[in-house]
Amino acid sequence: MGVIVEQFPLYAQGFLQTLRICLFSAVGALVLGTILAGFRVSPVPPLRMVGSAWVTVFRNTPLAVVLFAVAFGLPELGVNGSYFYFGVIGLTFYTAAFVCEAVRSGINSVSAGQAEAARAIGLTFSQSLSLIVLPQALRTVVPPLGSVIIAMIKNSAIVGAFGVGGDLFANGVQLTSAQGYAAGAVLIGVLLGYLVLTIPGGILLGVLERKVSVAR
Amino acid sequence: MTTSVLYDAPGPVTRRRTLISSGVAGVIVLVVIALVVIRLAGQGQFSGELWGPLVNPFDPSFLAVWRLLGQALVATLVAAALTLAFSLVIGTLFAVSRITANRYYRWLVVGVIEFLRGVPVVIAIFFAARVLPEVGLDLPILWYLVIGLTAYNSVIIAEIIRAGVASLPRGQAEAGYSLGLTRGQVLSSILLPQAFRVMLPALISQLVVIVKDTSLGFIISYEEFVRTANIIIQTLHNPIQIYAVVALIFIVINYALGRLAEYVERRLSRARRTAVAPADPGTLDTAATGGA
Repeated sequence: MGVIVEQFPLYAQGFLQTLRICLFSAVGALVLGTILAGFRVSPVPPLRMVGSAWVTVFRNTPLAVVLFAVAFGLPELGVNGSYFYFGVIGLTFYTAAFVCEAVRSGINSVSAGQAEAARAIGLTFSQSLSLIVLPQALRTVVPPLGSVIIAMIKNSAIVGAFGVGGDLFANGVQLTSAQGYAAGAVLIGVLLGYLVLTIPGGILLGVLERKVSVAR
Repeated sequence: MTTSVLYDAPGPVTRRRTLISSGVAGVIVLVVIALVVIRLAGQGQFSGELWGPLVNPFDPSFLAVWRLLGQALVATLVAAALTLAFSLVIGTLFAVSRITANRYYRWLVVGVIEFLRGVPVVIAIFFAARVLPEVGLDLPILWYLVIGLTAYNSVIIAEIIRAGVASLPRGQAEAGYSLGLTRGQVLSSILLPQAFRVMLPALISQLVVIVKDTSLGFIISYEEFVRTANIIIQTLHNPIQIYAVVALIFIVINYALGRLAEYVERRLSRARRTAVAPADPGTLDTAATGGA
């Protein structure tokens, strides 16, 4: 177990890198996913097609394939950047598809009467969506959205493995490969890092869930 | 229209407005696609040199490339099938022990399940490949991948099965007990068979997650699609083309599995209207959260 104490700076640095990847990707995925969900329920067919194509592609492709495709594809489109940005972009694109589906099922869970009432007082599509339906949908969406984000935190390990490096997982790999520490001990340290993120995340989610839940 | 909750059946003005915005949005989408295509064409990404090995049967590399991709497909399916088989068996054991556990050690079962659920799959795979040899268990790489994937998927399947058992009407178990069956008999011959049936859609969705996660084998040099793609790229230097094909293969397999799950779900909810409706897997369904 000595490795966790000896190499604590490396663990801490990895933890911060993981946190950075997760924060950027979470914000990006929530924004992009909500926009895509809006596309998927909009009355405009081309936008609906974009939404469902996105979901079909990114939900059925492994994250590792998405990451490599982004890293090889974006430079050809003239977008250059570090592996860190490619990693964040890949994770964002991938997670956005799941956020989109969570938000969409939340929108569908709002009872029809609400939207009908909104229309009856003359609200437009975007008004009824943003003022009536989305605020209510968000309540139902919180639990699945939380699960998506927690899954994303775990997926950030794949981003590290794919070459971003410097995160919890990549630093753990480095400790076992290059520095020859026993894998078991290194593993425990790495897992602790992820648990520090996911367990409070789960608790926060539970609190949030109770807070926003309403009897319907 | 399925989304009609949000808007009325459109009148003439709205129809015209929808038509116009459809036109505008369609043009924007097409322009974006055209820009990407032009850009890629400008970089020579549609050249026969890069696509030939994948689409032209007369290309000298064609056979070799597709043989490698075929091997990758087999490697992926073998890993996924083994993971599914082990996860079903171990998951059922987990579910049964969680359901029947005496409260003095139930916390232990719940603890193990919650712990394994919290471990990122990629870490489970990597450390299976590192820790097991350290303790003297030298296996072919395939097995490290299967062990890592099983560690995660078995507890997810356990939770799916448990949710399935919980969704059954109480009368099912009561009828069993009243016939004089023991607890184990009630579970194995009454509850579990029905739970499997009810949760079949969720189990198929989980198979999508398993197929996707086999791609993590590249971390331990298991020759599935990602690893194979990276090997091919080293000689042919056509990453975009190879990854487009690999992504397409995954999309076809997983889309078909997804549709199968939907089909089974529809059938179940039609056929079992009298007894049990398919339970909502809810947040248990990792296929809905991005898995891993």
